[in-house]
Formats: sequence, structure tokens, C-alpha cells
Amino acid sequence: MERSRRRFLKILGISTLGIGTISSVDLLAMVGKGEEPAYTPEPDALVGKRWALVVDVKKLDEETTQKAIEACNRAHNIPHFEDEEEIKWIWTDEYEHVFPGQEATYLPEEIEKKPFLLLCNHCANPPCVRVCPTQATWQRADGIVMMDQHRCIGCRYCMAGCPFGARSFNWKDAMNTYWKEHEPPNPTYPVRGKGVVEKCTLCAERLAEGKIPACVEAVQDSKAIVFGDLEDPNSEVRQLLREHFAIRRKPELGTSPNVYYIV
Amino acid sequence: MLETALKGSKKYWLLLLVLVVLHGIGASAFLYQLKKGLTVTGMSRDVSWGIYIAQFTFLVGVAASAVMVVLPYYLHNVKEFGKITILGEFLAVAAVSMCLMFILVDLGKPMRMLNVILHPTPNSVLFWDMIVLNGYLFLNIVIGWVVLSAERKEIPPPKWIKPFIYVSIPWAVSIHTVTAFLYAGLPGRHFWLTAIMAARFLASAFAAGPALLILLCLIVRKVSKFDPGKEAIQKVSKIVLYAMIVSIFFVVLELFTAFYSQIPWHMQGFVYNFVGLHGKSNLVPWSWAFAIMAVIATLMLLVPAIRHNEKTLAVACALVFISLWIEKGVTLVITGFIPNPFETITQYVPTVPELAITVGVWATGFLVLTILYKVAVSVKEEIGA
Amino acid sequence: MYNKGKIIIGLVIFVVFFTSPFLYGLVKTSPPPEPELSPKAKEAKVCVENTEFMKESHMQLLNNWRDEAVRNGKRLYVATDGKEYVVSLQNTCLGCHNNASKFCDQCHNYAGVTPYCWECHIEPKEKE
Repeated sequence: MERSRRRFLKILGISTLGIGTISSVDLLAMVGKGEEPAYTPEPDALVGKRWALVVDVKKLDEETTQKAIEACNRAHNIPHFEDEEEIKWIWTDEYEHVFPGQEATYLPEEIEKKPFLLLCNHCANPPCVRVCPTQATWQRADGIVMMDQHRCIGCRYCMAGCPFGARSFNWKDAMNTYWKEHEPPNPTYPVRGKGVVEKCTLCAERLAEGKIPACVEAVQDSKAIVFGDLEDPNSEVRQLLREHFAIRRKPELGTSPNVYYIV
Repeated sequence: MLETALKGSKKYWLLLLVLVVLHGIGASAFLYQLKKGLTVTGMSRDVSWGIYIAQFTFLVGVAASAVMVVLPYYLHNVKEFGKITILGEFLAVAAVSMCLMFILVDLGKPMRMLNVILHPTPNSVLFWDMIVLNGYLFLNIVIGWVVLSAERKEIPPPKWIKPFIYVSIPWAVSIHTVTAFLYAGLPGRHFWLTAIMAARFLASAFAAGPALLILLCLIVRKVSKFDPGKEAIQKVSKIVLYAMIVSIFFVVLELFTAFYSQIPWHMQGFVYNFVGLHGKSNLVPWSWAFAIMAVIATLMLLVPAIRHNEKTLAVACALVFISLWIEKGVTLVITGFIPNPFETITQYVPTVPELAITVGVWATGFLVLTILYKVAVSVKEEIGA
Repeated sequence: MYNKGKIIIGLVIFVVFFTSPFLYGLVKTSPPPEPELSPKAKEAKVCVENTEFMKESHMQLLNNWRDEAVRNGKRLYVATDGKEYVVSLQNTCLGCHNNASKFCDQCHNYAGVTPYCWECHIEPKEKE
């Protein structure tokens, strides 16, 4: 009696496992099914090998930086929280906070108080990508460090990994709080639900349509931010870097940022 | 064997009841957190991991420490440990369960947890942590249960279990090494970026875990007819002592490198911990509590008379456990985020729901532990060990 | 057998408890809702694929759309009939089906599914 009951339970267990496996295989087959329709990039999409931004700090003032930030916030429906749970893709800070460790004791006042624009550096060797356990953040062939909010489990390892504070987590449920009170400024772009990480995507959705990033476009007249392909020797960014001395944030960490600052 | 957990004294049921109630409180706080989002915690954009991940880190150490009784018993035939290996293994099971629960409650999207398996990513240390922790849980459940079943029938354990036992020894080391690697490989988190992180983790684990084991042995002896044995407890106390000395030594190494080199990034974390930085000093009392308790505990354990007296030994072990809990379960993780990448300071204080969830997970772990220990002790009583 | 009576009663309770949703469904049935097409969708007559396929597999299609657009950067869908569509739930799908509450939610509610699409993707304002 004792023996056969045990045997029965064992067989039951193993067969449940078996059925489970078979049905999940079925499911996989179903997902893969379909008529083999094709997916292609849009014909106008901008194509590059290593996208980069060059920020000309001399051309930045309060107004220009606000224009760039505003354009990004509107394009990506970024909620405005002023507390420690704030979400920011692009923002400003002072020299000593942007380049800690490179502070000169007696800085020219214009540099010391200047608003520096900060955003994801789209590092060539991104630690956030290295640590992500689900590939929710990864590096595209054109260098963009991309974020897939559908995949993110919200472990926030990438936030610990990023040495530039470029990542924000959705602590709050913006969809059911903030966006109930405010109209999302861009109805063609999603908002983010609670529990996922977000950050600048270098406007991947705009590049796909052949447009330059929103912040760059917003300050186009002043040329304070220039967008281009670093691997293309004739690009505007390469030309700027040839002619000016530019620095990057925390180069000693080996992440190789792709945002340059002309100071 | 599980049926032995269903028969117990009033006190046993009362303990279970208390733990179930605490679990319930934690579970309802978790449902609240699920609904509102992690905004109900004290974590922020700057301090993006808090008490959950800190508890996880500490408990991985408690889990790994089972190896401190398993290794001497199976590799060096230290007979005194024969009676308590099962207590070490079951402690590991409870501790790993807590670790997994703490990870779960920390996730922004816990329902997507299986993405880690669905999209395996070997370059992520978290992926490996998931593998080693689950593997360790499996190993300890199987080994503990099989060996105890054999003991109940008073026959030697089956031969096939031996390889599992041998694998479990390096595996225990691996879980805490991998957990240290979560921190020690991040550019720009200077407080964590130290090559001896894994060594520090293991040393403090091998002090805190066995200290808890001694306390549990003393409790078991008091409430049951099973005596884990004075010699075993004495042997474990020496392990606690040496591990504690090594732990403190490692902290001194960190302090030397930071303060002799005078490199700001290396000093900042410790300055924040012990005196406060830029006027922010939330963790100062905690850090000093750790330091003072750790030193007192070590001095106590060094004196044979104190060590041999089980009452004073219990006090020393409690001090070891609490001090190392503060070090790993409070200060180490949080200080990694201070100062933030912009050299400014956001402090962190856990909220009430966050603490309720934390207590709930601990209670659930102790529920598992109580039931497993009840089974183990009942079997030992049955065979008159 | 020991405790024969208790075991049988226990089994009966178990079976009834676990089949209760089905038993409930046998007693009380509610007709499936008819998803309502927006004027724009009615006019278009056909979705990106045929109606049968869309009914059955729109979730798999959306899964593929999501991965192709976000992860592979391929934001143009060439349907089986050769027509091209921009891969976008919010703009392409909801642009035409601009009545999510009557088209999407009805069936989702009926089937008891809560797709997490709507945690982030904004539904266009419905015109009354």
C-alpha cells in the first residue's frame, strides 16, 4: 500500500511535468507560426555606426537648455515629479557635479555656474547592458543603448551599474496618477507603467522616421547640440571634435561615453 | 517525515501562529506595494536598492555558512558535527528561501521574474546568482531530507547522495562569491569596488551564520529532548571566533587603503558611515554599533572561560550576529549609493510598509525554519540521538 | 483502507472546489460580446491581416510587432497581401480602432484577460 501510493505520486508528478513541457512547446510553436510576413526598417530611417552628440557648452544658456529639455519631455511624455523619485532623460547640473574628479580649484566663473546638459552617454562599453539579467537594455548596432520596457523586470541593477545617474525608475504609477491629471503631450508615444526603468534612447523612434533627436532639433539654430555618426570621418560631429578640445564624463571608468562636451 | 511537524506542544503551535500572523502582515503590505508601486518604499532615484537587497545579501551569507559544519564533518570526519549538519542544512534552506523572497519583493515587475530564465543572459551576474541560489536551495533540501530519512530508519544514507554533498561544499562558497560580484564589478560605485569584497563577504558569513547556528542549537536543546552536544557547540564557537577576527581584519584592510592613499572616492563611503558626509549622517549610529559590538564580541570569544560558559557564549554569538547584520544588512548596500554619481547625497530611510514586508519575509523564513527544525528534532528524539 | 470515509469526503470537496468555476459556467452563461468596429475600421474593411487570423492571433502578432519595432528597429510591416503598415500599437492599431473600450476591452473583460499593453500605451480619446 505504502509503496504503491508513493509510486503513484511519483508517476503523477512526472506526468504533470511532461504535460507542462509539451504544452509549452505547443505554445512556442504557435508564437512562431504566421505567414512569414516581412519586417523592414522605414525607408527614411537614419542609419549610423556610432551615434554621438557633441554639446557645445559655450553656446548653452538657461534658455537653450530649457528648450532642449522641454522638447525631450514633450516628445517622450516624461512626467514631472520634483521629489527623489523624479524621472529625467535630459537635465542640467553644474560642472563640479558633472565632472567630479576633474574639478579645478579655481574655475572661470562662466564654467563654474554654466548649466551642463546631462543625458545617457550611450557608452560604447556600457555597464548597464553588461549587468541587465534579461537584455531589457542592450546596445544596438548603431551604438544606441536601447531600453525595452516590455522586457524589464525592474531589478534596478542597471541603475547601480550606471556611473552617470542616467537611469530613472518608475517608483510611482504615473499612468494612474500623473497622467490622469495631465494630458500626455505626445499622443503618438507611450508613457511608462510602474516598476520599469527608463532613460534617453537617443530618440530611436525619431531616427526610425528620419528625424534627428528632439533635443538637437529644438536647439538647431544655436548648434549647441550636434548629432552625428562618429565612425563617419566627414560627419559634423567629427569635424567639431577635430577643431575643438572636447571632454567626456568619467572617461577613467572605461565606459567610453559618446556624448562630448566642448568647454 | 513531514507528519512530525503536525504534532507539537502548545508553545510550538503558538510560535507558528505568531510567525503566520507576521507573514500575513508582510503579505498584505506586499499587496499594497504591488498596487501602488515601489514608491511606498523609502528608495529613490539615487538610492535605488534598500533594505530588501541588503537583507538578501546578509542572508546569502547565513545560507552559505552551512558549509562550516558540513565541510568538517564530511571531509575531515569531525564526528561532533554529525548531529548538527542537518541543522546547518535546514538553516541554509530557510535562509535561501528568504533570499529569493527578498529579491522577489524588490522587483518592480515581479510577475515578469521568469524573464531571467526566458532570456538567459550569461554576462549578468544576477543571472548566475539566480542559478547558484536555486541550485543551493535544491541541494540542501535534497541532502537534508535524504540523510535525515536514512537516519530515521537508522541506516547509512544512500551512496548516491555523496556526490551531492561534495558538490554542495564549493557551491556554498559560490553563492556568496557570486553575490559579492553583484557589487564588486560596478564602475563608479567606489564603496563596493574592492577586490576583497567576496573574501569579506565569506568571512563575515562564516561568523554570522555559525553564530546563529549556536543560538539555534541552544534553543533546540532547551525546548526538546535532542542535545546537539556541548563539544559541537564549542567547536562551532571557535569557527565563529576566527571568522570574526578575519572579518574585522578585512575591514581594517579597507580602511587602510582608503585613508592612507587619501583618494576621496575610497574614503567617502567610510566617512559617511562613521562621521557623516556633507552634514548627512543617518548611518553613523549604526556603523558605530557595528564596530563596537563586533569588537566586544571578538574579545569575549577570545576568552576561553566566556566561550566555555554557554550563557556568555550565547551573548557573544548574539553580538556577532547583530553586528554583522548591521554591516551587511544595513550599511554596506546603502552606502554604495552614497554619494551618488553627481557627488551629492540622498539619504535613505525605510518606510513602514517596507519594514512590514521585511519582517514578513523574515517571519516566513523562520516559519520554514521552525517546521524543518521540528521535523529534524522529532526524528532525532525518535531515534534517541 | 484507513479513514475511508474522511478520504472520500475530502476528495469530493476537493473536486467540487476545483471545478467550481466550470460548474458555475454550466449554470450561468453570458453571451460573448460583439466587438464594435469604429467607423474608420468599418470603412477600411480589412485589418493588417484577415479577420480570422486577427481574431485568433492578434496577440502573437502584437508580440512580434513589439520585438521587431523595439528590439530590431524594424518598424515597417509588410503584410501577407504586400501592403505596408507602420508597426505601432498606439498609432497604427488604435489609429484605426479608435474605440478601444468597445473594440478591445469588451472581449478582454469577457475573457478575463488584462493585457499589460494599456499600462503604457495611451488609448486615443474616444469621440462620443
